[in-house]
Amino acid sequence: MTATTQSEARPSSGTPPRPGRRAELSRWWNARSRPQQWGLLVPVAAIIYLLPVLNPPILTTEPATSFPIALFNAAVFALIAIGLNVVIGQAGLLDLGYVGFFAIGAYTAALLSSPDSELGVRFPWLVIVPIAMVVTMISGVILGTPTLRLRGDYLAIVTLGFGEIVRLLADNIDPLRGNRGFQDIARPGGTYSDGTPIFTQNDAQGFYWLAVTIVIIVLLFMGNLERSRVGRAWIAVREDEDAAELTGVPTYRFKIWAFAIGAAVGGLSGTLFAAQVGFVNNQRFDVTTSILYLAAVVLGGQGNKIGVVVGAFLVSYIPDRFQFEPEYRFLVFGLALIILMIFRPQGILGMRQHLLTYGRQAYQKLFGAGTGVAPTSLTPSSRPTGEPAEAVPDDRSGSRPQGGGE
Amino acid sequence: MFLDRFWANTINGLSYGSIYALVALGYTLVYGVLQLINFAHSEIFVIGVFGVYFTFLALGFQPGQTPNVPLAGIIANLVLAGAVGMILAGVAAVILERVAYRPLRKRNAPRLAFLITAIGASFVIQQVFRITRGSNPEGTIRLLPPEPLFRIFGAPVTNLQVIIILAALALFVVADTFVNRTRLGRGVRAVAQDPATATLMGVNRERVIMITFLLGGLLAGAAALFYLMTIPQGAVFNGGFLLGIKAFAAAVLGGIGNLRGALLGGLILGIAENYGQSLFGGDWRDVVAFVLLVGVLMFRPTGILGESLGKARV
Repeated sequence: MTATTQSEARPSSGTPPRPGRRAELSRWWNARSRPQQWGLLVPVAAIIYLLPVLNPPILTTEPATSFPIALFNAAVFALIAIGLNVVIGQAGLLDLGYVGFFAIGAYTAALLSSPDSELGVRFPWLVIVPIAMVVTMISGVILGTPTLRLRGDYLAIVTLGFGEIVRLLADNIDPLRGNRGFQDIARPGGTYSDGTPIFTQNDAQGFYWLAVTIVIIVLLFMGNLERSRVGRAWIAVREDEDAAELTGVPTYRFKIWAFAIGAAVGGLSGTLFAAQVGFVNNQRFDVTTSILYLAAVVLGGQGNKIGVVVGAFLVSYIPDRFQFEPEYRFLVFGLALIILMIFRPQGILGMRQHLLTYGRQAYQKLFGAGTGVAPTSLTPSSRPTGEPAEAVPDDRSGSRPQGGGE
Repeated sequence: MFLDRFWANTINGLSYGSIYALVALGYTLVYGVLQLINFAHSEIFVIGVFGVYFTFLALGFQPGQTPNVPLAGIIANLVLAGAVGMILAGVAAVILERVAYRPLRKRNAPRLAFLITAIGASFVIQQVFRITRGSNPEGTIRLLPPEPLFRIFGAPVTNLQVIIILAALALFVVADTFVNRTRLGRGVRAVAQDPATATLMGVNRERVIMITFLLGGLLAGAAALFYLMTIPQGAVFNGGFLLGIKAFAAAVLGGIGNLRGALLGGLILGIAENYGQSLFGGDWRDVVAFVLLVGVLMFRPTGILGESLGKARV
């Protein structure tokens, strides 16, 4: 099967035969200095902020769905995707229970601020956010500690179980109020100059701005994290866990970190969502929602934080815009997952960082500019589909009767 | 309360556990050969459930009424429905493998891609049922009402439980014999142990994979019949989800890739779940399975009997 598969695989791997406009664009972009990049990004950000005010005729989802609400939902979805991307895209851990963290964030907000809560406290939203993030982070560590020692594919099923347990707990524990839910969850304060509040349930404009701001802050944070020692460790774990461990990366600890940070972002998005809707019950946190998150990350491109934002926008916005029945949304994105994995496993925008994070710069220093294609072919992960065909798709089958991952 | 119902729970658990075990065999076989968690296996099971249900309808049984047919006729109908369910599920599993997994194998896709495809496939099948049949369960068709046959330690044993446990054991023996005693089964074990060498020795890997999926699908179809006999209101689009996770947990519990482990794991899980329900209340029944899964993975990641289909008796 060697010769045929390789020739079949080549065109599908995308980058090698046609370096293409995207690679050129990305090289051009990387050649800009930081201030130049900022200068170009600020107008883009301004347009994104102004979207609900402009309400452009083709983009708008009205009259069916309020455009600011659709945008807000897309922004929350983007935040979730960014958080999940840390776990799936950066560290390569398949987490199918991510909705559990979202739920924990939303429930923390509800418990700490709703009058229905038995705790009897009404914290303001800004106080809730850090608490919720810490709570979800701890829950991520609790989930990760036993499971992250396991082989990767067990992780998928255990996290799936975790997501389901969180939902079952919300159903069954009486103080969590099951279907009745919590009303009047705290919103951020603040009024416009004429005294009307910025953050209300009916007009999501303020919430949209808040969500976009949070997304930008989290993106900057993640960008720095990716370029740090932590980010490099994650990539090493993703590319080859055994090799990473052998070269001295404490893989287990960094996997826990990925879980915890991803969980915290999930919790953050949960509080944001709870604040806007103002109501939380057990109906929104089923595992199918987790699969939509996964679809967003995979669609946009795992490991590319801009890509997953685009993916999340598409997954959230397209059903709102084109009004198809909510049932079909799951069907369509399920199909999209299968088709993508076959034809474009790297998603709309592929991974940015590979094992040699700074390989491009190093290569250019060594051999001069204009050789941007070569370093990508140095990295093992940039040719996941074109690898010389072994009979075994599984990289570890040689040493299979091993116990944990370490 | 718990002690009073101890034996009843045990017997009930064995009957549920047999269903888990049959589904778990499908997970274990595919995992043994491909190292892939076939997430869509639970939906293969659902296809079997609907296959059985539609056969009931086609045979003239209507929801809600108890059929007035002699016992032999009922058994013949059950066997027929079971056969239809098995064939449908088996064929669906093979088609799934062709459509979703084989293209990835040809491209040597990374492991995560297989998992994501499996999830996507599971989703698609689920949603097709949801869209065509709605989100409410189908009407209840009960061919064989449970009747106590005899007692063990004072706990009644119903005819359903006897049928299910015995039939599941028989199917297991057939599957186990097939894998361990036949020529084709030797091929399956060879590919599980070392695909490259097996291919060099003349084993047709693609055919082995197809057989593995077919066998898993057939067993899931049989499980679907027993499931509908136990829970007649269970024909619903997402009916396979929880059962699938539990069956996978059972496979891991016994040692994934190990056929006897799947049987043992299924039975243990079924019993543990019933004990858990009796101790903590019905709402916590499903949590028991997950906690058990995590617990086993923590302390014995290779399961009770150890992994590997390839190592099972040379």
